[in-house]
Amino acid sequence: NKNSCVEAGIRGICVGRCKSKEAEIKRINKELANIRSKFKGDKALDGYSKKKYVCKLLFIFLLGHDIDFGHMEAVNLLSSNRYTEKQIGYLFISVLVNSNSELIRLINNAIKNDLASRNPTFMGLALHCIANVGSREMAEAFAGEVPKILVAGDTMDSVKQSAALCLLRLYRTSPDLVPMGDWTSRVVHLLNDQHLGVVTAATSLITTLAQKNPEEFKTSVSLAVSRLSRIVTSASTDLQDYTYYFVPAPWLSVKLLRLLQCYPPPEDPAVRGRLTECLETILNKAQEPPKSKKVQHSNAKNAVLFEAISLIIHHDSEPNLLVRACNQLGQFLQHRETNLRYLALESMCTLASSEFSHEAVKTHIDTVINALKTERDVSVRQRAVDLLYAMCDRSNAQQIVAEMLSYLETADYSIREEIVLKVAILAEKYAVDYAWYVDTILNLIRIAGDYVSEEVWYRVIQIVINRDDVQGYAAKTVFEALQAPACHENLVKVGGYILGEFGNLIAGDPRSSPLVQFNLLHSKFHLCSVPTRALLLSTYIKFVNLFPEVKPTIQDVLRGDSQLRNADVELQQRAVEYLRLSTVASTDILATVLEEMPPFPERESSILAKLKKKKGPSTVTDLEDTKRERSVDVNGGPEPAPASASSTPSPSADLLGLGAAPAAPTGPPPSSGGGLLVDVFSDSASAAAPLAPGSEDNFRAFPKHPRISAGGSEFVCKNNGVLFENQLLQIGLKSEFRQNLGRMFIFYGNKTSTQFLNFTPTPVPRCGLDSLTRTHLNLQTKPVDPTVDGGAQVQQVVNIECVSDFTEAPVLNIQFRYGGTFQNVSVQLPITLNKFFQPTEMSSQDFFQRWKQLSNPQQEVQNIFKAKHPMDTEITKAKIIGFGSALLEEVDPNPANFVGAGIIHTKTSQTGCLLRLEPNLQAQMYRLTLRTSKETVSQRLCELLSQQF
Amino acid sequence: MIQAILVFNNHGKPRLVRFYQHFPEEIQQQIVRETFHLVLKRDDNICNFLEGGSLIGGSDYKLIYRHYATLYFVFCVDSSESELGILDLIQVFVETLDKCFENVCELDLIFHMDKVHYILQEVVMGGMVLETNMNEIVAQIEAQNRLEKSEVRQVL
Repeated sequence: NKNSCVEAGIRGICVGRCKSKEAEIKRINKELANIRSKFKGDKALDGYSKKKYVCKLLFIFLLGHDIDFGHMEAVNLLSSNRYTEKQIGYLFISVLVNSNSELIRLINNAIKNDLASRNPTFMGLALHCIANVGSREMAEAFAGEVPKILVAGDTMDSVKQSAALCLLRLYRTSPDLVPMGDWTSRVVHLLNDQHLGVVTAATSLITTLAQKNPEEFKTSVSLAVSRLSRIVTSASTDLQDYTYYFVPAPWLSVKLLRLLQCYPPPEDPAVRGRLTECLETILNKAQEPPKSKKVQHSNAKNAVLFEAISLIIHHDSEPNLLVRACNQLGQFLQHRETNLRYLALESMCTLASSEFSHEAVKTHIDTVINALKTERDVSVRQRAVDLLYAMCDRSNAQQIVAEMLSYLETADYSIREEIVLKVAILAEKYAVDYAWYVDTILNLIRIAGDYVSEEVWYRVIQIVINRDDVQGYAAKTVFEALQAPACHENLVKVGGYILGEFGNLIAGDPRSSPLVQFNLLHSKFHLCSVPTRALLLSTYIKFVNLFPEVKPTIQDVLRGDSQLRNADVELQQRAVEYLRLSTVASTDILATVLEEMPPFPERESSILAKLKKKKGPSTVTDLEDTKRERSVDVNGGPEPAPASASSTPSPSADLLGLGAAPAAPTGPPPSSGGGLLVDVFSDSASAAAPLAPGSEDNFRAFPKHPRISAGGSEFVCKNNGVLFENQLLQIGLKSEFRQNLGRMFIFYGNKTSTQFLNFTPTPVPRCGLDSLTRTHLNLQTKPVDPTVDGGAQVQQVVNIECVSDFTEAPVLNIQFRYGGTFQNVSVQLPITLNKFFQPTEMSSQDFFQRWKQLSNPQQEVQNIFKAKHPMDTEITKAKIIGFGSALLEEVDPNPANFVGAGIIHTKTSQTGCLLRLEPNLQAQMYRLTLRTSKETVSQRLCELLSQQF
Repeated sequence: MIQAILVFNNHGKPRLVRFYQHFPEEIQQQIVRETFHLVLKRDDNICNFLEGGSLIGGSDYKLIYRHYATLYFVFCVDSSESELGILDLIQVFVETLDKCFENVCELDLIFHMDKVHYILQEVVMGGMVLETNMNEIVAQIEAQNRLEKSEVRQVL
């Protein structure tokens, strides 16, 4: 038996005989030399010998050895007329593909002959070779020929099958070389072929073609539906050989369902109805008792079922089917077959994104969490993580993040990094409470520090810097986390950075006094890598600014040989420069150079997208939502903000803000968390200002008389008008302001016919708590004639000088006698800080540059409030101009927004102010942001302007 | 599409390797080794699917495998294939081998490497499922055997 000779040849080189790798290589090299000499020998080898040696070469190749000869012999074999020689020749060429062009020419020639031979066996071999090699040269040679073979009437079924898959391969390799044409419609009709093997191959081909040419192949939908319908409704014996363990044609069903996923739901109601019927039948069959206990039966049945579910999810149009699909997957989640649990988790992931079924998917959360905890198989646990991530929303984020964190403690190393990223994304995306966010990220570092990539820890720092409401908490938390005897270096980085910025917020507690903070960080210093130590040195110099009392200690450290003479040039340079800086710089310079990091620029685009998505009228809860969503979004979407990533090479390098200036943002960065802050301040401001406009106190003197004019806030944006009026008295105003000086004409009109006697109006500056030590406003006036005749008017001139910025307006106390009674009126004089505004025109570029410079949280004040007046653009513009600032047109990228700029002049200082007002017409709300170099100025201007809309 | 079909024994020795996407020979060997290490550490009776190794495309590809006695049959597929369908296809392939070799064992794969390839070619062509009907596959193989025998007779 000649076949056994091949066997013997292989037996000779079988690894089983070789004791070591070296021995195997030696044996194989000997064999290769032998074959090479046979091929090159003078004596022509007969077909059988060639076949034997080629087969040996294939085996040697399988064992992992390079084969660089034998191709020519293989081409000789496949050109032979003998079937067995042709077969092994083609096999060799298919396995050991070679790009030698001369060789390919010979091969193509042989293939061409075989395709033309009309011998179905030879044609099959040739088509196999084309499909397996699938090179561009072959596509060039045969892309025209293969479609003809496929649709020719007299082609045998087995050849048709091969031709379909061969064409599919050529189309994948070189779609440009496969011309669409007459054959396409005939290919679609192969879906009706008698031979199910042909239908299966044709379905694969059409699915791939339809993905790129949906229009050309859309008639395949109705044919596929009717074919599927015939299979699904057939008795299990109808399809004979294509019934696999009692399931009729499972592979073909799967392929047809895949093909239908290239298209939307059928438009023709009849086709659509038939398809729905098929899908329902498949879902119903899942509930029937199995026809066999063999796993093949359940596999085949469920393969069809999962594909049907995929199609239902793809169509995403029939809520009824979607819910049934979800329930079916829910059953599989608890199935004893691991494979089914795996696939159910995977399918549910796609189902979670459908609006019809998201809620239904969420009901399985406990099962999925349980899978995470109990599945033995990492690939199943991985799917459970994916599904938890997909089903996460605001309602369950805390639970899911907690479960993922606890899973992380024991998670396989292979999937830790992915889980870390997912937790970080979810924690940020759904953070309502930023303390929770900080805790979560610190836990991530504690549990899986090695897997926390730079992006994740950069992000937590960006968020803490941008949100002043979490800074104190963050400082406290990192301080506590650093107490652990062994903590991850990433924690040291985060801790170093945050304490360097915000350590002062916890320094009041003796347990975390400056020196304690420093000693804690420095105890980690020597165990850290160079980049972390560089970061810590920056923290130290920041401490010098924050805590003058630890300056000598830190200078000693910087002066030490291990810093000043460190072999690492970066550490050495930092030590030298920081030491020098701490020695020569004055407190003011230190404070400027080592100022707190400005907020990181955020992406405007995602905020706008979010705003556009918001619909419906505003309610209080909407406001909460708006705030929350904004703040979430302000801190970026899932991925770290590219702007901050690119402009800030690394926080450690840019800790001092001395690095390259960040690129200008496309729009002024909206404040983060400013809303809350303003709420707090505005509350306290009104509490401290009992004379706020409209409050009862203004009219203490006239309990009996109705109030006529509330006075006050309408004068913020204008200088002339009636300030006060009752039955006796009318007070009118006319005023002008220039830089820090002003002059106000007050007109007192006696509305009665009786004289006022002892008429003494006295403007009094009212100041805050520090009025004892400082005067913010100087008011000078001359007494007026104490007698005001009935119907007459007297005038009083008040000269005003603004010494420094102030909150509380002066009060005008007026006393007089009318008839027999003594009258006393107190009115707030509308002299507000904005009166000392000088408008400043500036370009968009200047505006944003200054906006960025004023990005410390204290410099910005923001207020989000409901519109009290109709939101009219022109009126708004007039108010901003009346407020005193310049109205800057075409500065804000969003034309609906208003921006302004100006300088507040006081005797002691000039304060640059930038403002931005963003109306939201849908919600009937405004967001007002003020940025000035002085916190009190920002606050006061924001309060004043907020009342105007 | 099926990217590769790998069969190796419990020690990682390759017994049948077929790539339907072109990889340099060196990478082919690495893929076999990587795949072996991925499936070897998995217990029996757990899930038959896992994400592909880094060399063959990572998470876009799945490894679907079955473990029979001394041999692992691993199909590396992209997302266009049904996992359970491929699992059944492995079964069809193995059952066909069993029919053709009468109780197939590892040695059959070594000594009849060419035959195993021919059987595989009747099941998978250019990375696509060609035929799933075992009777049809066996009929094709028997026809091949008859042709071979007739040629042998001619030579004799």
